[in-house]
Amino acid sequence: MSGTRPPGGTAARAGYDGVAVCAPMTVPYRRYSIRSAHWFCGQALAGLLARAGIGKDEVDGFCISSFTLEPDSAVGLMQHLGVSPRWLDHVPMGGASGAVALRRAARAVQAGDAEIVACIGADTNHVDSFRRTIATFSQFANDAVYPYGSGGPNASFAFLTDHYMHSHGAVREDFGRLCIAQRRNAAALPHAMLKRPLTMEAYLTARLIADPLRLFDCVMPCAGAEAFLVMSTERAQALGLPHAAILSTMERHNAFPDDPIQVRGGWAREIDSFYDMAGLGPGDMDLVQAYDDYPVICFMQLEDLGFCARGEAPGLVRERDLTTAGDFPFNTCGGQLSAGQAGAAGGFLGLVETLRQLTDEVLGAAVEGARHGLVSCFGMITYDRGLCSSAAILGRSGA
Amino acid sequence: MTGPAGPPRRKDPTRRTRLPVTPPGNRSREAHGLAAMAAAGRFALQCCRRCGHVHYPPRQLCERCLDGELEWRDVADGGRVLAQTTVRHANDLYFRERLPWKLGLVGSDAGPSIVAHLAEGCERGHRVRLALHLDRAGNAVVAASPERDASRDDPRLREMVFDPRGRRVLVVDGTTGLGRHLVEAFLASGAREVFAGFSRPWNRSPDLAALRGRDRVSVYPLDVTDTDAVEKLAALIGDKVEILINNSSHVRMGGALDRLDFNITRQEMEIHYHGLLRLAGYFGPVMRARGADGPYGAVAWVNLFSAWSLVNNPELGTYSASQAAALSLSHCMRAELAAGGVRVVNVFTGPLDDEWHQLVPPPKLDPATVAIRVVRGLERGLEDIAVGAVAEEITHRLAENPKEIERSIRL
Amino acid sequence: MDSRTGEAGILARLLEGILSGRIRIVDLTVTLDQRTPTIVLPPELGQTWPFRIEEISRYDRRGPATYWNNFSCGEHTGTHFDAPVHWISGRDLPDNTTDTIPPVKFVAAAAVIDCSRDALADPDYLLTVDRVEAWEEIHGRIPPRSWLLMRTDWSLRTDPEAFLNMGDEGANTPGPHPDLIPWLISKRDVIGFGSEAVGTDAGQAPHFPIPFPCHHHMHGNNRFGLPGLCNLDQLPPHGTLLITAPLKIRQGSGSPLRALALVEEQADD
Repeated sequence: MSGTRPPGGTAARAGYDGVAVCAPMTVPYRRYSIRSAHWFCGQALAGLLARAGIGKDEVDGFCISSFTLEPDSAVGLMQHLGVSPRWLDHVPMGGASGAVALRRAARAVQAGDAEIVACIGADTNHVDSFRRTIATFSQFANDAVYPYGSGGPNASFAFLTDHYMHSHGAVREDFGRLCIAQRRNAAALPHAMLKRPLTMEAYLTARLIADPLRLFDCVMPCAGAEAFLVMSTERAQALGLPHAAILSTMERHNAFPDDPIQVRGGWAREIDSFYDMAGLGPGDMDLVQAYDDYPVICFMQLEDLGFCARGEAPGLVRERDLTTAGDFPFNTCGGQLSAGQAGAAGGFLGLVETLRQLTDEVLGAAVEGARHGLVSCFGMITYDRGLCSSAAILGRSGA
Repeated sequence: MTGPAGPPRRKDPTRRTRLPVTPPGNRSREAHGLAAMAAAGRFALQCCRRCGHVHYPPRQLCERCLDGELEWRDVADGGRVLAQTTVRHANDLYFRERLPWKLGLVGSDAGPSIVAHLAEGCERGHRVRLALHLDRAGNAVVAASPERDASRDDPRLREMVFDPRGRRVLVVDGTTGLGRHLVEAFLASGAREVFAGFSRPWNRSPDLAALRGRDRVSVYPLDVTDTDAVEKLAALIGDKVEILINNSSHVRMGGALDRLDFNITRQEMEIHYHGLLRLAGYFGPVMRARGADGPYGAVAWVNLFSAWSLVNNPELGTYSASQAAALSLSHCMRAELAAGGVRVVNVFTGPLDDEWHQLVPPPKLDPATVAIRVVRGLERGLEDIAVGAVAEEITHRLAENPKEIERSIRL
Repeated sequence: MDSRTGEAGILARLLEGILSGRIRIVDLTVTLDQRTPTIVLPPELGQTWPFRIEEISRYDRRGPATYWNNFSCGEHTGTHFDAPVHWISGRDLPDNTTDTIPPVKFVAAAAVIDCSRDALADPDYLLTVDRVEAWEEIHGRIPPRSWLLMRTDWSLRTDPEAFLNMGDEGANTPGPHPDLIPWLISKRDVIGFGSEAVGTDAGQAPHFPIPFPCHHHMHGNNRFGLPGLCNLDQLPPHGTLLITAPLKIRQGSGSPLRALALVEEQADD
């Protein structure tokens, strides 16, 4: 747990020159839906096509992430949507799927395997489907977590929060500041599940869920979709689509398996090559989106990605202003903690929001003059820790 | 359900009885290896045969060297609580009824970090003792309790054991030598009441006479070969029985070829197999329905089997076979009672030091010892209890090479 | 009607007597149920099955229109008939099994000797020759080919424990003295001996010089036993007609039966 890291990829990585990300698309969230995940994927695709002004046949690649397509996979979805792609990927990485989908789609476009790739994260939320999703989330969860009554990730994140607080002297107010700032960011987002301003008192006295977590530390499951298109810069320009450039990406799975309890994620292992590729550092970021199903994970990402030292995130949230108008714009649409967690769409939320900010297509509040945005994604607690870490840095086109 | 349950109370007849629900029971094949260890009271985890790496949760191959053979080995049962939480919201019905529920992530001395039920008194940073238990659904879970002074009152641990304290126990054939000791052992363990069944009242049993008039004990006629008698007793006390222990037994020498007496074999089946079936049919449903009937609801069905139920001893060949039939039936009952969170405990004994094992050389089991081992096993929540050197040897030899023991078994 | 004389025949007169109530039918049979006691023998010996019954259907899905049961028991359960082949002494006699005994032997007269006060005073009471001779002084000689039935009121002991009355040295129940049976056979030519206890022999009979003398001698002389009777208090000393037909079991050593006694009512006038 010192600063030493196992060797990451050291060979020089090719950049994503000539690849554009565009057409941020959101199917507005709703708490419950009687629609299936297929419907949300289809709505997302329709929105992408409308935004780009292209026909269904022009999209020749798909990268899909969803928990509730069962018994279908991305393959069955293609028949459902009536499309015939020549490139198809299914990313089962939940909260980490956005940046992972992006980097795969980008390489496909760069290599000419696909011209336009639609990346879609979508899930429905029936009454009781959350319970059923977590009841069969993974073999390890079935065998060693779910039978303990935690009813999903609450207890797992309670452990991480409990441990973080006692390792670093963090207090509940520290997490509260982050949640309150995000709620402020969500105020302008039309479809946010939670928009009412959150007071510190309300945060601190909310119903206990799993000590020390209270209600507003936990995301609200909902239905919805997030999507974007990946294509060549030339194609984006030809279509007249505002777009962003991909300056760097990373993913790392099951990092640091010997840590007895998760105190860091795969970002800590990739940080140097990640920033080297972009030629930028943490201080160059105009906005940061971090996966936020529980606030402790935001702290971990801020630390792993070099925005502060290990254990210093409480100081960061105390000293900086995390709102869109502040000096450290963070989870600028309110994150999942305010907008809701639409299943795997939650893994796309930060990426789509960053894209919106950099292409001036925001639904909520804009960060003025943002040029570089960092997206960090995290997913898949199959037993005691999140296994998937991913991240990307996007740049305003021409920036 | 945070504190001790308090003394057992008479039931309020205006209250709807709580329906039994069980914790999530969807487990992988590998995870049922934990159940085998828990059933015998072992704390064993999968270890790599090649590199020795210890694994949890269970899996199919070594995460370190990818060797495909993991074996269950007893490992150090100590650990330290790395983090803790108290779950106050659960979607699962079982836990929803029992909130708040305390959990911890325990760094085990054996290596892996383990999500475990935390007993009262276990806090972050504390040293704890880890144990594998079977939960109310009969599946293995890890529980952490204080290294010393673990309390029998802990509500979470009580969910995973069959503590006789405060419960009412029916000892079928409770006036035999062993039955009498069982009654005493349950009384000593704090049973609220013990019902002792007796058959053949004309056999002037001094044990029966001794039990009559004892405090917290009542005796009832119960012949497991008599459907009518079983039905009548179930009608009388069936809704009070929280632990049922079937001590009926009929030991006769003889194998398949050289005796040609089907009266004996029929009687063996009547007592061991049909007797258990009769008890199951009349006492089982109401026990299953009372699996969540308060903190002292129905919890365990205990069958006393000979270790020869596991492998046939030709000198007691038909006896062994009828015991095996009953053992198989107990597995059926285990599945059926599981819906109510009532668990089937099978006890395997070697020869007892009684009139039916006069010519059997030692070691023979003192019935008093058997009774105490049974009650201790229930207090620990064991599912398979091998009592005595003979039974233990049989289970070990069976695990090692069933063909060997099949060929060399003798009384 | 006798077709030649026009007079009522014997059977018609019998039937008329039964229907008019001048002939009373006394049921000497105890009800068979799961509590019906069976003889207690050392546990290492072969054991008789107790009476057990399982419902086949009761107008339910197992048989919508039918109520019936399966039952099982030993041949010597409840009120039952002992055939000569039951004992080794009667093993080789002719017509000694339930299926071969001539049916004429199933209808016979019975003499009833009341030992109820004796049995009340002493559960091990043994009926002696002297006692029978004294009884004959009062009631008259036992006719040949009759049953001798020993009334003890033992059947009033409905609790199986009291009925079997086991002690440290075996059962304590009344029965015939060892000397009585040879005398009944040679001097009175009885067809058999009946009693109210679980067997025709006394509870202590295993310890007699010849164990189980009633079984030994009666069956050795091709005669019968009729244990487990009840309602003997309703029978006169003489004048009873007994109908005691066992089930026709091939090579049967006995069987539970419905023992019926025909008794002429004493005329009041």
